[in-house]
Amino acid sequence: MEAALIAQHVTKRYTNHVALDQVSLTIPQQTIFGLLGPNGAGKTTLIRIINQIINADSGEISIFGEPLQPKHIGTIGYLPEERGLYKKLKVGEQLVYLAQLKGLSRKDASEKSKAWMRKFEITDWWNKKVEDLSKGMAQKVQFISTVMHEPRLIILDEPFSGFDPVNAQLITQEILELKAKGCTVIFSTHRMETVEDLCDHIALINKSKKILEGSKKQVKDTYRTNTFVVEHKGTFNLTSDGYELVEQKNIEDTFFRSIVRSQHITSPNQLIRDLTNVTEVHSFIEKIPTMSEIFITLVKGGSDE
Amino acid sequence: MNKIFLIIQREFLNRVQKKSFLIATIVLPLIFPAIMAVLVYFSIQQRKNATRQTIQYVDESGLFVPDTSKFVFKKLMTDVKSAKEAFQTSDDYGLLYIPHFELSHPDGVTLYTKINPSPNDIGNLEGMLENQIRELKMKKFNVDQKVLDSLKTDVPIENFNVADAGQEKKSNSNVLLGVGVAAGILMYMFIFIYGAQIMQGIIEEKTSKVVEVIVSSVRPFQLMMGKIIGLASVGLLQFLIWIVLITTLSSVVLAYFGVQMPQQQMMQEMAQNNPDMQAPPIEILKMMSQIPFGYVIFNFLFYFLGGYLLYGALFAAVGSAVDSPAEAQQFMFPITIPLLISYFGLFTFIMNDPHSTVSVWLSIIPFTSPIAMMGRIAFGVPGWQLALSMVSLILGFMLTTWVAGRIYRVGILMHGTKINYKVMAKWFMMKG
Repeated sequence: MEAALIAQHVTKRYTNHVALDQVSLTIPQQTIFGLLGPNGAGKTTLIRIINQIINADSGEISIFGEPLQPKHIGTIGYLPEERGLYKKLKVGEQLVYLAQLKGLSRKDASEKSKAWMRKFEITDWWNKKVEDLSKGMAQKVQFISTVMHEPRLIILDEPFSGFDPVNAQLITQEILELKAKGCTVIFSTHRMETVEDLCDHIALINKSKKILEGSKKQVKDTYRTNTFVVEHKGTFNLTSDGYELVEQKNIEDTFFRSIVRSQHITSPNQLIRDLTNVTEVHSFIEKIPTMSEIFITLVKGGSDE
Repeated sequence: MNKIFLIIQREFLNRVQKKSFLIATIVLPLIFPAIMAVLVYFSIQQRKNATRQTIQYVDESGLFVPDTSKFVFKKLMTDVKSAKEAFQTSDDYGLLYIPHFELSHPDGVTLYTKINPSPNDIGNLEGMLENQIRELKMKKFNVDQKVLDSLKTDVPIENFNVADAGQEKKSNSNVLLGVGVAAGILMYMFIFIYGAQIMQGIIEEKTSKVVEVIVSSVRPFQLMMGKIIGLASVGLLQFLIWIVLITTLSSVVLAYFGVQMPQQQMMQEMAQNNPDMQAPPIEILKMMSQIPFGYVIFNFLFYFLGGYLLYGALFAAVGSAVDSPAEAQQFMFPITIPLLISYFGLFTFIMNDPHSTVSVWLSIIPFTSPIAMMGRIAFGVPGWQLALSMVSLILGFMLTTWVAGRIYRVGILMHGTKINYKVMAKWFMMKG
């Protein structure tokens, strides 16, 4: 299956700085793709280039196998980080207008917006002006406007900011449902727990450069440090056999929790075997880095250079 | 193209559906005839109710013959000193003292009042005395009124425009000037009011952040043009409604009070007083029919749209650069200056001489031409000047739209940046 989006050597320069430096990405279809990076890394610039709001100085972008063109506007749904709707316009009119701009006929736009409002149980807002809605309500309307024209590629910039847990849950549900229907979702976020829960693939951009890309599993495998958490009875020492005892803590009575790092790639079984020689093992688990840890390690490492 | 149309439609409906549009469009034309009605009503009432003031007078010259149409006069036989004392306690309006005077030097006439008299009253009294002295002088010099009247000569100059080969067109400068000035002022107002609205709308889109969603669907240039054209159509509609309402209502009001158009009435009075003069209302109507209205209206619409587009783009550029209307003020200067220049040019150069060099240049330079050309158009503008002016206006608005578009596309996505002309120039130079 062809990729939903391929970016090749995309570069964007502003007068005083480079916003994107030779960024290449491949976003597979029907995945939730986490676009990560600290503030000012260039995520928004990349998203704006994909949305054809601005043009890249060089590099190519193809979407579902075709070079990116104005006709793809209707293929993409975009929820910007800075949410905004026409304050004086009624919810219904607003949704119909935005969908029409995406290329829907008036009739289609009207039917679709009604259907979505039924789905979110907000049909009685149709004639309300946006300025009379609460922030959360407006967010729902904006989410509808993003997905209403059935885009194949949905770009969500910090989609959960401003939502209460109940509505965040509702939106998560919708996102998963859209993915199940075949949509590809690009998530731009700082919230690592969201990435952990939802994303299949990720890319990390720092200082205008892509520094990491791959499926969540690949990434985690790459950043495995062969570190294990062991709970055991009585103390032990392991320095000699290519292992490093990072930490040993007393939990209660004679029970301890130790963090052991293997210097070489060892199978967990080998470590268990070695451990049973020196102590009584009660539990054993590999310490897999969280996305948050990987993020911080990479970004900090980058800034130390 | 289809999307521009959607934006135009949205902008149009947004404004037209607003209550404020309805109020401005319906109520304003009602206010105009209403004010007129009130003024006519009060002037009629005042004329009916006007009570004549009483003026006491001491006449030492013995020449004063009171004219009682304006004032009630009370002759006092006392000397001026005791008259003044008595006047302090009386309710009368004034005390006029006329000393003994030479006909050649009528000095020393004094009016004593307890409140400051209106210039109108003083003028009336002076006129009265001057007339009487004039008659006395005529008698003294043995001049007959009839002789004097026969000295008065009236030389009417009829003006024929022979510019078009063989066709003699009778022209009336005042009527032509009136048409031109009115059109120029309308143009000035329209550009300002609707230009400010373009700016306002863009600032709103920018601060509400909706603009990022919109420009992910349409090109920034389409959004800008859609807004400008959408507002132009609102303006034209409003205009049309005003013209229809004002003409209908004004004539209804005037008909109710049983007066015809005021100047027409005045002209008729003049005509009655002077039977030699041809009835001027007919003349004016004839003159009006001489103005090529189709031509004037076509040019009005052309300059209207051209000028509006030219300035609308500039207003749009400013709106896109700033975060609030207050911030926009500092960038209004370069937009306002050419408008003011053309506005004052209309009242000085063009009213003085629509064919002077300055007038011609004002009507050719695209930033001043929409207003200036309106002032000149009714007088007949040579074909080459009109063509040059039109072409440069088209080029002018293409230029401003291009410049504005380049600033706009960057500006709408910038928040919280400190803006000056240098920054805007940088945006203008920026690649897509």
